[in-house]
Amino acid sequence: MALNITGRKLFVKALKEEGVDTIFAYPGGMITDIIDELYKTEGIRVILGRHEQALVHEAEGYARATGKTAVVLVTSGPGATNTITGIADAYYDSIPMVIFTGQVPLHLIGNDAFQEVDIVGMTRSITKLGVTVRNREDMGKLMKMAFQVASTGKPGPVLIDIPKDIQVTVGSPDYPKQVDIRGYHPNETVHIGQLKKAYRLLKNAKNPLILAGGGVRISGAQAELLEFATKMNIPVTTTVMGKGVMPEDSPLYIGNCGMHGRYAANKAVTECDVLFSIGTRFNDRITGDLEKFAPKAQIVHVDIASASISRNVVVDVPVTADAKIALERLVEYAEPMKTEKWLSTIAQWESEHPLSMPKSKIGVCPQAICEGINKVFSDANIVTDVGQHQMWASQFIKLKKGQEFITSGGLGTMGFGFPAALGAAVGNPERPVVLVTGDGGFQMNMQEMATAMTEKIPVVICLFNNSNLGMVRQMQQLFYGKRYEITDLAAKDGSYYPDFQKWAEGYGCKALRVTDAADVVTALETARSYKNGPVLLEFIVSPDDLVLPMVKGGTPLSDMILK
Amino acid sequence: MEKMKNRWIALYVENQVGVLAKVSGLFSAKSYNLQTLTVGTTEHEDVSRMTISVKADDVTFEQIKKQLNAMVEVIKVIDLTTIPIHMKEILYATVQGLDSVGKTEAFQIAEVFDRGGSVKICDIGEDAVLFECTLTENKNNELISLLKSQFKKVRIVRGGAVAIEAISRTNR
Ligand SMILES: Cc1ncc(C[n+]2csc(CCOP(=O)(O)OP(=O)(O)O)c2C)c(N)n1
Repeated sequence: MALNITGRKLFVKALKEEGVDTIFAYPGGMITDIIDELYKTEGIRVILGRHEQALVHEAEGYARATGKTAVVLVTSGPGATNTITGIADAYYDSIPMVIFTGQVPLHLIGNDAFQEVDIVGMTRSITKLGVTVRNREDMGKLMKMAFQVASTGKPGPVLIDIPKDIQVTVGSPDYPKQVDIRGYHPNETVHIGQLKKAYRLLKNAKNPLILAGGGVRISGAQAELLEFATKMNIPVTTTVMGKGVMPEDSPLYIGNCGMHGRYAANKAVTECDVLFSIGTRFNDRITGDLEKFAPKAQIVHVDIASASISRNVVVDVPVTADAKIALERLVEYAEPMKTEKWLSTIAQWESEHPLSMPKSKIGVCPQAICEGINKVFSDANIVTDVGQHQMWASQFIKLKKGQEFITSGGLGTMGFGFPAALGAAVGNPERPVVLVTGDGGFQMNMQEMATAMTEKIPVVICLFNNSNLGMVRQMQQLFYGKRYEITDLAAKDGSYYPDFQKWAEGYGCKALRVTDAADVVTALETARSYKNGPVLLEFIVSPDDLVLPMVKGGTPLSDMILK
Repeated sequence: MEKMKNRWIALYVENQVGVLAKVSGLFSAKSYNLQTLTVGTTEHEDVSRMTISVKADDVTFEQIKKQLNAMVEVIKVIDLTTIPIHMKEILYATVQGLDSVGKTEAFQIAEVFDRGGSVKICDIGEDAVLFECTLTENKNNELISLLKSQFKKVRIVRGGAVAIEAISRTNR
């Protein structure tokens, strides 16, 4: 029998056996033993962020860029509560992640001890699983469970809370290869009868449409989707989370649908007679008014989580399955359909209202920045924050095979972008990382510039500075009589804080300000040539530029504001 | 929308800290209408069984079952609405401010509702009696409304339904 070891040793052993190469961590009193153990460990890169919320977003970026389960380590109390927004973000976007929190020693739990919070209780509704290790002998099993649950089925965050005394208690050195969890059976099959029914429905359609969501990417079914759609001649639209699962140069790809989707895509959803949806939960940003969503269509819904099916949209043929497993089968059935007429109708819609922005009154046109990115960074992973810039990026940035579009879809968390970009660059250094962010959201986590500089993480920050909380201002402009309350970030006299150029200089970060569309490509090329750390490109953008088309919340997809 | 109905679910869950909070939290987070929830251990020390009664339409009820099934700590979900079961609820009712006529009436009510020991007066004071009942939820409802209509001061303590699958017959 192997010698017993401390909890802290088992912790590191478990990370090693899980193949963890990077963790995102911030120290504190209740994890000093674990971090001391990390000091003695080789082969695990520990990224010290500057705020625990940012750590979690960094971990999200890492997970999205690598497909691996990301690991976060924070202390108890404020360290733990700071992670909550990030955990919620990971939960709503199904990102595999294990968060380890320190906790006060067992005998102090419940005493309102210094830096004690019930983090498991606080995160219960935003984690797949959360447990406090109450017994050293359970530690290995619980850690294994965490990695297993986080990465399988519909992935998501798992939180393991480890009291300080458990970290130094001696116990079994065993880390199990597999844990049997009797209440957890991720779906690994597909009901062939249902799938055939779905296929027949699709095959007999006149105006079929595939709606692909982020689930297709999570299951790694991009190639199968392309093959299926191509063999059958069916157009494909995507959700924001699904952007990139279909190469955008495919003639069958018609763009995103939803609140800021393409005119032609929203028309196609409205007019199709069979909607084959896969890996989406029909979030309200995609459907608009539910009663009038895809009004002419029979709906097939393939999803790994049966709880997502027939929740928002009533479905005619439900198929509970992993997207890849379902599509592999469907590819076998696929036969070409006669959809030329339908495709040309869609093309007609596209030419009636192509996606394009009017010239901006001042500053650089956001479309021009996105097109510059397409030109100079056609191989990059694209990360965004939340707001107008995010929607412009989703509209105008064209992804090729292998490029990821990393964005906060479900929660729409401002402050996600910059740390997520850093995590993506750490996870996959082979691909350049371009961040598209707004001046509002960037300021929510810009302390991470210190992380970027110390770790020399090369991300290209494209800061769309419209000196406003643009997305909310857009609503004020369109629906609230231009009453711009608390959306202008500048002072009454017009001065703006901070001066991002000076701010960047304070960090020693290379920075450029671009005020003319003619300089976009040169600026991006300059940034590309610099590989030794972050570069800040500040694009001055007009606060009056709008994201269009727009479907007002709660109205049907067919009611698009186009001008 | 289909009709709102009372429905029952039995849940086998891991007998661990926080599982009750997680299950009940689901009902509040998703605005499901939880009527009663009882929990106790089973023949296996590490497994608890819950009996849950909810008021829901068909679609919501399907969602509730799926959401419960998706929880890692939930081992099994049984829809008690569609199978023969035995179901009982403990009810205590104190009736106060009784004169001797009132007391006699209380004893008569207990006798009428009793099915082989399922209702009895288990305690008595100068002007009060205590009912102890093990009836179905519906029968308890009937008894409560009768007591309230007959007497002024009635205190009610209910335990929530506990149910088990029938071996041979239905009883609800
Ligand atoms: C944490 C958080 N707070 C508030 C919001 C609401 N919100 C959504 S977009 C937005 C404005 C974003 O402004 P900015 O980052 O400057 O980007 P822009 O829309 O101007 O491109 C706000 C306030 C949010 N999504 N997240």
